[in-house]
Amino acid sequence: MVDAATTSPYLGDAPKPADSAAARQALDKGSLKDVPVAAKDIMVTADGRKSTAASKMLERYESPYDATVVRKVLDAGAKVVGKTNLDEFAMGASTENSALGKTVNPWDPARVPGGSSGGSAAAVAERSVPVALGTDTGGSVRQPAAFCGVVGMKPTYGRVSRYGLIAMASSLDQAGTLTTTVADAATVLGVIAGPDPLDATSVDREVPDYRKALTGDVKGLKIGLPKEYAELLAIHRDEDDEDEVWNAVKATWKTLADAGAEFVDVSLPHTKYAVSVYYLVMPAEASSNLARYDGIRYGHSVERDTGWQGSLEDVYFQSRTQGFGPEVKRRIMLGTYALSAGYYDAYYKKAMQVRTLVTRDFEKAFKEVDLILTPTTPTTAFKQDEKTDDPLAMYLADIFTVPASLAGLPAISVPAGFDKGNLPIGLQLIGKHWGEETVLRAAHAYEQAHDWHAKKPPAAKELPR
Amino acid sequence: MEKVARLARLALSDEETVKYQDQLSSILHYIGQLDEVDTKNVPPTAQVTGAANVLADDEIKNERQGELPVDVPVHDGTNIRVRGVFDG
Repeated sequence: MVDAATTSPYLGDAPKPADSAAARQALDKGSLKDVPVAAKDIMVTADGRKSTAASKMLERYESPYDATVVRKVLDAGAKVVGKTNLDEFAMGASTENSALGKTVNPWDPARVPGGSSGGSAAAVAERSVPVALGTDTGGSVRQPAAFCGVVGMKPTYGRVSRYGLIAMASSLDQAGTLTTTVADAATVLGVIAGPDPLDATSVDREVPDYRKALTGDVKGLKIGLPKEYAELLAIHRDEDDEDEVWNAVKATWKTLADAGAEFVDVSLPHTKYAVSVYYLVMPAEASSNLARYDGIRYGHSVERDTGWQGSLEDVYFQSRTQGFGPEVKRRIMLGTYALSAGYYDAYYKKAMQVRTLVTRDFEKAFKEVDLILTPTTPTTAFKQDEKTDDPLAMYLADIFTVPASLAGLPAISVPAGFDKGNLPIGLQLIGKHWGEETVLRAAHAYEQAHDWHAKKPPAAKELPR
Repeated sequence: MEKVARLARLALSDEETVKYQDQLSSILHYIGQLDEVDTKNVPPTAQVTGAANVLADDEIKNERQGELPVDVPVHDGTNIRVRGVFDG
């Protein structure tokens, strides 16, 4: 179905160039009317396109229904013009785990676009669409946004319906937006947010007009700088870079302070445990969610797809073994182990308890501050194949995005400059539960002071912005 | 490793068993840092919204109820065909 040699952000056909000036005008008015939108291929669509999760398991899967986020953008007048590449079942931080294609970073084709929403981030960065939808479980919208120099917004868990998002870790998965500006993120979030009877974890809470939050005013806003992120950055940054990511944090701090924000030192002492918690909770939930792929009801079937004959149990074993890629198998086994008799208390329960402590750290900090500022990632985009043989190194790419996911908090990554190799740097603003308006307001005010978001990669299409 | 793979319904080659064992050991070694955290009397977090007992009316709203999805691997047009549980 897909040429594995492709380097496109898309699985299947890339969208045809659209009337981008009209789309820009609509977005500037806060409308999605006739705006081309790309959807991460973990969102099911009933438009005749395949919904694959970038897995051989679902290579030929066609959904009978649309995911709620897709339905909502369609109802708002948008056109879904393509499905974007991702790490298989959203498991990865580089989009290299896709079983169906390769996507490169538009700023440097030798580097990864990040992941797992790497296709959506690259599509917006190369300006083939003004808006893409992604999902973020531990950073999968924010981290690729940082690597590709675009805006990536993950709302509060429960803000957006998960119905029709092929499930990885259900207590963490949340849909988000990839756009070139914060204002566009506010527009799209306003469309996709809200309760959905088809997702019992979506929360019935009024959706504000997010665009009205973009006042440009941050006077008196209290922003926390957690010292633990600086310590972790010192450990996990690239050896040969010159504190470029930290310098970007400091420059952002200055920009926002000049605009009247107040900075406060805060401490989130359990930050360093967040990746460990995440890599127990997420695989545990994923191993349960992915148990549904048994070769019987849908997906890769050893019986149909290879003409093989054997027992029912062999159908399960062989269909799963052939259908899942290596990272998916790794996480299923890690989760199965963490949930197995005798290990549940030591691993899964322990992780859920430390998750409580990570969340309490944020609750305490948010008594003093309105927002928390951190780098989105410890490094800029890494090279293709650099981390593929070292799963732990790949997992640590999520070190700054995972804590907000565990606590279910809204967070945004905004472009905040470039390193000396001309690769984008992203900064993260984390808000209180349901604090999307404050997150967007500060991110927008920062964006007004710079033109980082308007810089286009060498591979950009000839479209406005 | 063989036991975990079997529980997960995955068939691994000998080579894969060794590779995954090494990788999972290194991940679990890192995760072992959680042992230093005191979690006595800390309740576990399984979900973050606090929503409880979200119920819906037991009504079928899907007009396509009864149709086979297009991707069913083995079927007779109306029903999904499954091999016998007790003999192949």
